[in-house]
Amino acid sequence: MSFLQLKQITHYYFNRSSYTKALDNISISVDEGSFISLLGPSGCGKTTLLSIMAGIIHPTFGSVLINDKPLEKNQREIGYMLQQDYLFPWKNIIDNVLIGPKIVGNKQKEMTEKAKQLLVDMGLETVIKSYPNNLSGGMRQRVALARTLITNPSLLLLDEPFSALDFQTKLKLEDFVSALLKRYNKTSILVTHDIGEAIAMSDQIYLMRANPGEIHQLFEVPIEVRDLSPFEARKHIKYQHLFDRIWEELNSLETKSTIG
Amino acid sequence: MKQNQQSDKQLFDRHVKKIKADKRHTRYMQLLLFLSFFILWELSSQFHWIDPLIFSSPSRIVSLLYENILNGNLWYHMRVTVLETIAGFFIGTIGGIIIAFLLWNSRKLYDVLDPYLVVLNALPKVALGPIIIVALGPGYFSIIMMGAIISIIVTSLVVYSAFREVDKNYITVLQSFGATKWQCFKEAVFPASLPSIISTFKVNVGLSWVGVIVGEFLVAAKGLGYLIVYGFQVFNFTLVLYSLLVIAFIAAIMYQGVNKFEAWLIRKI
Repeated sequence: MSFLQLKQITHYYFNRSSYTKALDNISISVDEGSFISLLGPSGCGKTTLLSIMAGIIHPTFGSVLINDKPLEKNQREIGYMLQQDYLFPWKNIIDNVLIGPKIVGNKQKEMTEKAKQLLVDMGLETVIKSYPNNLSGGMRQRVALARTLITNPSLLLLDEPFSALDFQTKLKLEDFVSALLKRYNKTSILVTHDIGEAIAMSDQIYLMRANPGEIHQLFEVPIEVRDLSPFEARKHIKYQHLFDRIWEELNSLETKSTIG
Repeated sequence: MKQNQQSDKQLFDRHVKKIKADKRHTRYMQLLLFLSFFILWELSSQFHWIDPLIFSSPSRIVSLLYENILNGNLWYHMRVTVLETIAGFFIGTIGGIIIAFLLWNSRKLYDVLDPYLVVLNALPKVALGPIIIVALGPGYFSIIMMGAIISIIVTSLVVYSAFREVDKNYITVLQSFGATKWQCFKEAVFPASLPSIISTFKVNVGLSWVGVIVGEFLVAAKGLGYLIVYGFQVFNFTLVLYSLLVIAFIAAIMYQGVNKFEAWLIRKI
């Protein structure tokens, strides 16, 4: 039985003069503990799909089930991480991490201890009382991850969380996040346009195409690559093979769309 | 190496000294402008270069001020006007913020009210004075309403647009935890809009003075605005200018107070 199921999701965006079919009949099922990537050109609706899984957008048609129950009853199961950290600049680091429990109305005292522990785990113990403006991009994104993890979600939705970082920080953070998610046995869904990142981090890659957004093809990441850390995975020969296959597929999508 | 460090420090000291000297110079210039204005005023009045009946003179104003401090008149009139202004300021500002919240809370409400807000904003509020006085009676309450109504609409429009401009992704973060609309407002929208809200404070201090003084022109039997009208009617321009100087002085203090409050709040958040 699948942990997360998307059943025939179709979504339209309407505005005054026209409408766009952002997603067309998308069905995905995700096993517990696995890491899925949604890869595709910009405008293929991958962020829309993620927002639907997060319950922030309601799809025009179709349903999202977690453990066979509809999404609305599972709000707390989900952690959502955005492209930028969106830490609140007027709150210090620990209060930023504690925003989730505060919204849910959880016991502050226990949660404060948990938040401190999480920050220590992430190597952020020296900046607990600092403000976001004093932190580097990589540190801020780690704080954002701590903020996402503190409510103990079983499903993590990552919307290009590394795209705003410099390359070195990005590689380090990929390793860090990958190890952390494996340790906590989280089910994760990553949206990205970076082929390498998708292969290095995930178990399965859904390649999407645009206009309307559809699943084009599913790639299984070879088991040898999966078990390596993202940084090591990038050096593996099978990583390179898969990269080339996806690269060609993406190119063919592009030529099709220019001809069409 | 040591020499180098010393010269670095010397350079820095010289820089600090230069900034201080520059600041001092500005202060001297301000003081000079102040003194020369009053001295020139006094002299031109003494020598009848200007009509002392109309323009009075600093010495007469000061002696009137002294007299009024001693007999308690200054305090009596000042207290009334200051309290009215502060009340008008708070009602206008807080009322404006509450209206802005209601508009933010319901897009429909904003769409419905939009044309009315535009008209109300364009309308010169002091023109409503006679109606307010007839409706609420000639008294403190009308004058306070004048001080409030003049700032409430513009406050609500400015604060509403600040609420709208808050980055949607902050709200997305909160929604992903299942936040309610009120929680989104409290945790993200309001704190992110605080700088705009504080800048409306500064504008509203000035606006409340306008409303209250006009209100006093129309109905009051005490207060600084009343003194100006009274002085005008009995052709006592020493009294008019004396009231004006007192108003300028208190308004400046209130403005500084808001400045200090802003600095405190920004440190706090």
